[in-house]
Amino acid sequence: MCLAIPAKVLTIEADDMAVVTVENVRKRISTALLDDVAVGDFLLIHVGYALHKLSEDEAAQTLSLMAAAGILQEELDEISAEASCVI
Amino acid sequence: MTDCVDLTHGGGGRAMADLIRDLFHKHLGNPVLDRGDDAGLVTVAGQRLVMSTDGHVIAPLFFPGGDIGALSVHGTVNDLAMMGARPLYLTAGFILEEGFPLTDLERIVWSMASAAREADVQIIGGDTKVVERGNGDGVFITTTGLGVVADGVDLSARNVQAGQSVLVSGTMGDHGVAVLSKRENLTFETEILSDSAALHGLVAEMLAAVPTLTMLRDPTRGGLSATLNEIASTAGVGITLDEAHIPVAPDVAAACELLGLDPLNTANEGKLIAICPRRDAAALLEAMQTHPLGQQAAIIGETTTDPAHMVQMTTALGGTRIVDWLAGEQLPRIC
Amino acid sequence: MRYISEFRDRTLASNLARRIAQAVQPERSYHFMEFCGGHTHAIFRYGVQDLMPPNVHFVHGPGCPVCVLPVRRLDDAVELAEAQGVILCTYGDMMRVPGTQRRSLLRAKAEGADIRMVYSTLDTLNIARANPDRQVVFFAIGFETTTPPTAVAIKMARAEGLTNFTVFCNHVLTPAAIGHILDAPDGPARIDGFLGPSHVSAVIGSQPYEAAAQTYRKPVVIAGFEPLDVMQSVLMLITQVNAGRAQVENQYTRVVTRHGNRKAQAMVAGVFTLRDAFEWRGLGSVPRSALQIRDEFGGFDAEKRFSISQKQSREVKSCECPAVLRGVMKPTECKLFGTACTPDNPMGACMVSSEGACAAYYSYGRQRAPEGAI
Repeated sequence: MCLAIPAKVLTIEADDMAVVTVENVRKRISTALLDDVAVGDFLLIHVGYALHKLSEDEAAQTLSLMAAAGILQEELDEISAEASCVI
Repeated sequence: MTDCVDLTHGGGGRAMADLIRDLFHKHLGNPVLDRGDDAGLVTVAGQRLVMSTDGHVIAPLFFPGGDIGALSVHGTVNDLAMMGARPLYLTAGFILEEGFPLTDLERIVWSMASAAREADVQIIGGDTKVVERGNGDGVFITTTGLGVVADGVDLSARNVQAGQSVLVSGTMGDHGVAVLSKRENLTFETEILSDSAALHGLVAEMLAAVPTLTMLRDPTRGGLSATLNEIASTAGVGITLDEAHIPVAPDVAAACELLGLDPLNTANEGKLIAICPRRDAAALLEAMQTHPLGQQAAIIGETTTDPAHMVQMTTALGGTRIVDWLAGEQLPRIC
Repeated sequence: MRYISEFRDRTLASNLARRIAQAVQPERSYHFMEFCGGHTHAIFRYGVQDLMPPNVHFVHGPGCPVCVLPVRRLDDAVELAEAQGVILCTYGDMMRVPGTQRRSLLRAKAEGADIRMVYSTLDTLNIARANPDRQVVFFAIGFETTTPPTAVAIKMARAEGLTNFTVFCNHVLTPAAIGHILDAPDGPARIDGFLGPSHVSAVIGSQPYEAAAQTYRKPVVIAGFEPLDVMQSVLMLITQVNAGRAQVENQYTRVVTRHGNRKAQAMVAGVFTLRDAFEWRGLGSVPRSALQIRDEFGGFDAEKRFSISQKQSREVKSCECPAVLRGVMKPTECKLFGTACTPDNPMGACMVSSEGACAAYYSYGRQRAPEGAI
């Protein structure tokens, strides 16, 4: 449900409108549902409206948790490999 | 079948395939038509000829990277090229709507002339009809083409077997997205251009490098998904793809994300799918990448033994899914 | 594409897959309902099921606005376009959904009704401005995500005195539906936890699910719609189930906060008010589960401006969409699946919407169907 895509604010226009980009695709959208939109913000776009800002810090945090899932695993592998060497 | 024509019958999906089978093939069938190739191959006075026809209706008439004029030449030239033919002659039928500006018409005809010159084909006949205002969408153009095929060249989906390699000549979905970007109510801005181009030059290089080339098809309406499903069902094989290897331009991917479309279902007008024996795939890829229209060519998968004739794909994430053909026209979605 | 491709990364996916395989207790099975069609679509589109251990099962929920719209409301929209001669605007998703006798908007359009597909309510306003002598009706569907844009359009229409624009409102509410599924008298589907809505929650926040998590003792993890979001959320659900916890957790922190978008909430509250009850396809009548336009905006309510006839709406007999939407039946268990009912020839909405469970099974996942199921 609710296809919504993160896009970056390129310019801010009058009447609660802004131009956002995904890659080099530009689209005019409404920012009537948000306060304090600034150029460079990433916004979640749904049916031509920005619904929410994205938090870069939180995104980085989520990705690092996902990466950590792998690091821990590799460490475990190493530990068990070492253990089997000892035996 | 439903009781009246709706837009799904023209979308390049299964509804269209059903209409063709249940109505056109039923009444018009003959051994040449029944082969289901992009063009009909016949031998006349010892000469192998291919003939094909293609109607062009497109809104808008002018789009980034092309217009209906160039498209009407490329479309038919490519249908001939997919048979391995050297395209020679075209005829063109125009259906014009009352009130259509002559300057626009001249732009279109000029564009046809230049596309024909580049493709080295001549337009040797034509027809003009005018319909009342409201009965046409500006201009419809139908072109018919004639080409010759060298002895020994026999490209057909019927020759495809399991265990062969599947290649594409470049990025998928450019044309469809370029046209959509100018549709009323969808306007977004991009630098994406239609890939509209004549492919017979590329095909000649491919045939010269790899004479064992088994089949060619251009993934126009319905995109890669529809065309691969058609091939699988005609050839009686399955196809497996690797999503990570399918070339898609970043902007096309981005526009598709915005509109909820799938680049694999989106039309191309200057790309082809090639199938060849696995041992020749590397040579074919090299020949394609050497040509300006095949620089981003890639090996995207292979044919398999599959009684259900499915097209399956290993996703970029590492899972699997089916690549189905589209039910009717691809519509932008919000959910 | 920032914030998109990072969350589809193959290496991170295999990290998470291994971690999930370690986390599951082999003697247990885990049944998680993804409420949203967006999750269903992501699971199938990326083949997430292939990266799950065999004892983790996805139960597909009713969170597809196209799928839960009762046929009657669709028939009403067709009537507005045909009998009342309005310009009916709607999102592309609705166009192919079959109504009574399988009449869809696309079919009505083929037969001459003026039905236009729009991408945004802003486009509908443009159509109304450009056609001052015609009535323009926006056929509004969707959950809390899609409602604020409708509210903005109504407010704009009033501000500029646009008198030929009305909304046929079918906006519905998510938390009410989750509660209703868990309350089902015929025994709910087995559900050990929920993947909570992502973009709905961007608007309403994570707080509204807290009551349901507590009352029904089911963990809820608000999950983003990218495949890695789904996988990480599954891991969080497994951890909660193993620990016997039933809390609302938020995986989608880059967008969702506890309180959501208050400006959007205020906009919606200003224009809409709760309906006492609303019919959901599959769930029946659900109390306080949908919105209607407030009286002070009554001039923009298509249900007030036009008299819509009473009619006998009927779904296709033996279409099992309702059971599929409640999560008690798999699409492949429906007699019609893949035979009488396909995306080309859909008998019910779940086979039309790309978020519908039936369409997802058919278009992306039928290679997994048991032998003879198709």
